[in-house]
Amino acid sequence: MANAALDPHAAIATTASGAPDRLTTADGRPLVRALARSQSKARRRAFLLVAPLLAFILITFVVPIGQMLQRSFHNDGFSANMPQISAWFAETPAGTVPDDAAWTALAADLTASAEARSIGVVGTRINYDLAGSRSLFTSTGRKVRRGIEPPYRDALLEMDEDWGDPQLWSAMRGASSAVTGNFYLAAVDRTRDEAGKIVQVEENRRIYVTLFWRTFWLSGLITALTFVLGFPIAHLLATLPMRKSNLLMILVLLPFWTSLLVRTTSWMVLLQQQGVINDILVWLGIIGDGQRLQMIYNQTGTIIAMTHILLPFMILPLYSVMRTINPSYVRAARSLGATSWTAFRRIYFPQTLPGLGAGAMLVFILAVGYYITPALVGGSSGQLISNMIAMHMTDTLNWSMAAALAALLLGAVLALYWLYDRLVGVDNLKLG
Amino acid sequence: MHVKSTLILSTALAGLAFSAAAQEVNVVSWGGAYEKSQVEAYNKPFAAETGIKVNMIAADNPATPLKAQVEAGNVSGDVFDIEVSDAIRLCDEGALVEIDPASLPAAPDGTAASEDFVEGALLDCAVANIVWGTVISYNTTKFEGDAPTSAVDFFDTETFPGKRGLPKNPKRTLYLALIADGVAAADVYDELGSDEGVERAFAKLDTIKDDVVWWEAGAQPVQLLADGEVSMTTVYNGRIFDAMVAEGQPFEVIWDGQYMDMDMFVIPKGAPNPEAAMDYLKFATDTQRLADQAKYIAYGPARQSSADLVGLYQDGKTEMAPHMPTSPEALENAVMDDPEFWADHDAELSERFNAWLASS
Repeated sequence: MANAALDPHAAIATTASGAPDRLTTADGRPLVRALARSQSKARRRAFLLVAPLLAFILITFVVPIGQMLQRSFHNDGFSANMPQISAWFAETPAGTVPDDAAWTALAADLTASAEARSIGVVGTRINYDLAGSRSLFTSTGRKVRRGIEPPYRDALLEMDEDWGDPQLWSAMRGASSAVTGNFYLAAVDRTRDEAGKIVQVEENRRIYVTLFWRTFWLSGLITALTFVLGFPIAHLLATLPMRKSNLLMILVLLPFWTSLLVRTTSWMVLLQQQGVINDILVWLGIIGDGQRLQMIYNQTGTIIAMTHILLPFMILPLYSVMRTINPSYVRAARSLGATSWTAFRRIYFPQTLPGLGAGAMLVFILAVGYYITPALVGGSSGQLISNMIAMHMTDTLNWSMAAALAALLLGAVLALYWLYDRLVGVDNLKLG
Repeated sequence: MHVKSTLILSTALAGLAFSAAAQEVNVVSWGGAYEKSQVEAYNKPFAAETGIKVNMIAADNPATPLKAQVEAGNVSGDVFDIEVSDAIRLCDEGALVEIDPASLPAAPDGTAASEDFVEGALLDCAVANIVWGTVISYNTTKFEGDAPTSAVDFFDTETFPGKRGLPKNPKRTLYLALIADGVAAADVYDELGSDEGVERAFAKLDTIKDDVVWWEAGAQPVQLLADGEVSMTTVYNGRIFDAMVAEGQPFEVIWDGQYMDMDMFVIPKGAPNPEAAMDYLKFATDTQRLADQAKYIAYGPARQSSADLVGLYQDGKTEMAPHMPTSPEALENAVMDDPEFWADHDAELSERFNAWLASS
């Protein structure tokens, strides 16, 4: 305390205000406020600098993905165009037999929707839950445009007796609220029966759960393969003299810069039954002409092509980490009596883990979403869940279903990321 | 300075385009050889006759920009060339202008348009211009004895060994299995509409499942056939014609069990030049224009009266008539696409088909 008077800061504080908690600047303003002000100015400037990028990410990434994901649980194709019958469903409990009020509401909605030319949208929405009902709506729409007379129940049943189907009414009830979990149920091979209970779909239509498992299993396998193949190459790259390693680096990067489609079709040329590898094997007499190997248009083809395409994503992070490892550590271990295996296992390998983690994560996440390669070389057994998402996006145009599948995939990847963070730690990750 | 002058230039160009709007029509089509055939057969004579300039815009699938433009309320295309299922769907959703068949030009012999167009070619909001087929084709070097002649032979891997190429979707596989199983072309959709029929189709596909190479893109089957990877495949008839005639590949086409689709001209609501669009549509779908198109591509005219006017391919020696998916031989056992059926059942059968593919 004796030195307190010599401390220049303390001197300012005591002389300026007499109280140690009210420091001020030279022009008399409180120091805390002046600091906060100058800092907030810097913060604002920093924010302005990143604002374009933030806006870009928001507009091109967060908003569209959010909108897409919203489709997975929100679809107002029915409820927005059929307001009266939707209101009737809201008032009555599930399983109510449609009464006169219901038929009147249905007829009024159908007429209005047919006039507004939105009947196709309504039919499409119901068709997601009950196959074959789209044409029921559009054909009835064409008929009610010519006029419909009460009693509406008889009139509609005469137009098409399917209007009496309890499954149709159950499907309409399900669609009468815009918010629905049915797409998620369908994405895990489940559906609701007439009583509203959740049941598995028929065995010959179960596909998504199988494909989710297959996607994760194959992605894991491909990650492991890229590690086994990529680790020695990355080590070579990091330890060879500059001139040789540059040449090797170009060999790694050249395929990386080549179009994905070109690489995929090259694998077709190499691997198909009349392809280069089979031709060579037959020529060498290793296999007969009749026993040509089936290496593509199946799971094997998907694994080979994807491993090759994703290999650089494993090699590059590993390489950048290996470059920074000081060789004297391993030398020190050897001089202290460690065998080369022990030195590798206990000294070298642990230091490559950040690169391995980054590479594995990149490869795995890219593999989970891969679409074009399995579509072209996967045949029947090499399809992944992304192919189903693409099918619903472009062929069946059921974007809600595509969004539900994509949301589950995204959720699963995030869960794995969380697990990774818990086990390894994300800060233990080095991309370069 | 440079940026500024570019800006001025593009503004001036946009202004020009705007002022010239009355004398032009924007047609959105599929690009490639198909677009070229339309430019030669429709656009050039149309411009020469009416003085209206035709701008051709290529799209992967013109229905996608059409839907986007109508939803955004900012329509820039006047005429779109789209698939039947999209034409029906977009018409049901109120995005298209209705077209009165009586307003279309009659055939040269006076037959009304509604009689002259092939079945299904005239819809509430759409007029077909061409018919294209998915057909079986084989590599002639693969079979030494008898050549295959029918859909039944496609499923007979004992007599006709080798792999088979099929597209990886239910729409263009199930019908073929049913035809090969003895169902008449006219009954295919009745059969597919029932559970037993679907079972029957999958049971037939099971017999060759291990021998199938599944293709995804239209160029693949031609390549598979050329490489000898498959001995027989289904393929789009325009593509296989190109490979046979332009490239001289040793392929043959089997018309039995042909699957026919059409391409449709539609006009969106809110088109910038609706009158010129309608003029173009009528001009392009008249008898002579549709026949002329066959000179440039192996797709069939959607009018019966055009068939007799179909002449030689642009190489000047190949007679086009037998290569048309609308020739009498080709129509003998042909299945016409039923867009209503697929609008109803595509999702369901796709799931079923993919589950079947995934099971071993």
